[in-house]
Amino acid sequence: MRVLVGVKRVIDYAVKVRVKADKTGVVKDNVKHSMNPFDEIALEEAVRLKEKKIAKEVVAVSCGPTASQETLRTALAMGADKAIHVEVDAATAEKMEPIHVAKILAKLIEKEKFDLVILGKQAIDDDANQTGQMLAGFLDWPQAMFASKIEPDGSTHLKVTREIDGGLDTIKVKLPAVISADLRLNEPRYATLPNIMKAKKKPLEKKTPADFGVEIKPQTETVEVSDPPVRQAGIMVDDVQSLVSKLREKGAIP
Amino acid sequence: NSTLVIAEHNEEQLAAVTRNAITAATKLGGDVSVLVAGSKADKVAAEVSKIANVKRVLLAKDAKLGGQLPERLTPVVLASHKQFKFSNIVAGASSFGKGLIPRVAAKLDVSPVSDVIAVHGADSFTRTMYAGNAVTKVKSLAPVKLITFRGTAFEAAADGGSAAVENAPSSDIKTDTSEFLSSELSKSERPDLGTASIVVSGGRGLKNGENFKLLYDLADKLGAGVGASRAAVDAGFVPNDMQIGQTGKIIAPELYIAVGISGAIQHLAGMKDSKTIVAINKDPDAPIFQVADFGLKADLFKAVPEMTALLSK
Repeated sequence: MRVLVGVKRVIDYAVKVRVKADKTGVVKDNVKHSMNPFDEIALEEAVRLKEKKIAKEVVAVSCGPTASQETLRTALAMGADKAIHVEVDAATAEKMEPIHVAKILAKLIEKEKFDLVILGKQAIDDDANQTGQMLAGFLDWPQAMFASKIEPDGSTHLKVTREIDGGLDTIKVKLPAVISADLRLNEPRYATLPNIMKAKKKPLEKKTPADFGVEIKPQTETVEVSDPPVRQAGIMVDDVQSLVSKLREKGAIP
Repeated sequence: NSTLVIAEHNEEQLAAVTRNAITAATKLGGDVSVLVAGSKADKVAAEVSKIANVKRVLLAKDAKLGGQLPERLTPVVLASHKQFKFSNIVAGASSFGKGLIPRVAAKLDVSPVSDVIAVHGADSFTRTMYAGNAVTKVKSLAPVKLITFRGTAFEAAADGGSAAVENAPSSDIKTDTSEFLSSELSKSERPDLGTASIVVSGGRGLKNGENFKLLYDLADKLGAGVGASRAAVDAGFVPNDMQIGQTGKIIAPELYIAVGISGAIQHLAGMKDSKTIVAINKDPDAPIFQVADFGLKADLFKAVPEMTALLSK
């Protein structure tokens, strides 16, 4: 089985993002970036499938500016065999939407045969949660989104447990399929120094959207990015008694 | 201008988030139709037909639609769209809506807009990014708008309509690539987190799963739902479907009582739109106090039982 994993370089999850004064976006210069945490989980799952001899090869792909190659090197250090960088300039990267990434991945999959695609359920920058579903739509493949457990079911199917509102469900999908990884699927490993060194020698192929015949034509314009409304801190109460009476005064509790 | 809302349901009852999506749909202007697709679905179609502002209910009843897999629903949605040429196809931003809407969007070659929290006109919307730390106003240039709406941002549409129920145009539903096997929904006597007007929520401060009993007792006095922070879920105290936050559920009840929760950004993203927020924490520097209307610096193991006892009086 050949597995393709999408990885995106995003502002590190621990960074408190700041909206730019001109309201065109958030401050990205001199801000720590890392691999999207959900993509780390997707990659970890693919590497585990390889370790279990279910997958033969794991290919990591990233669409983004030059710096995305750092993220791909991390993917290689975590265990991917090969990386593909679909490079766009920084300005284009800002305008890229999940539809464009999904189209590029669909074309890549038409050119090179893959049996399984695993993506993070969403990127923690745009929080769109669209790429996996759109890719499955373009390819007419089955989709198993928000996966928390993946088990092979014979050699042609996968049984996937999914995190849904109110609990879990289990579905069976026929390969080839697209899976998106949720938080509980696994705990990604750290790249060790020897593996980071080894990753430098692994192949990293460079492509452009034009190689896949995909034009980055935005369908969504950002009009304004602003800070969320600030909630005013209220008051501290001294004890439970006064808390309950304040809440009763406000009509919040009976 | 016309909108198709995709109903989410369990064959018996409409999911609450669909009523929120119907309210959002009316803000787009034009007629609102609702597609009810399922293996039984008649009862749900009848329920939807009574909702105010719904003009038409499209019923797609087929045994193949049990489990409501996106691969099978997509052709049904596309067949309805082919006949009625909707300007917008929308759903609630639940795991159901998020799974389906982008797939349909790909088939129509348009870019969807996820998790919309405000509608400013037919093509102008507000959504959040970066776990709610940035709010973005966008203009969609897509010829058909494919949108998911965050339930907590819109009122639930009330009854008061009398729409006609008609059969949805037929479509070719393929069943060979995916199959629904089972679901394990958490059973609870308490109100669902998404719709509860009061939510009591616990964090790492609870120390273990057994101690959540303190919160259940308080919740039962208040008729409240019970949630948890990601820290409490990750520590294995309670199951993941109780998680409130950017990676869990986003809720906005009338009253939110955070117990032993420090208030990480990721948690605040899930509850900061609650009308009244109470924080009980022994750490006076916990960030949760910065968003709380009422803060109580106290040992939760004393304060929570005391509050439960006071409410019984």
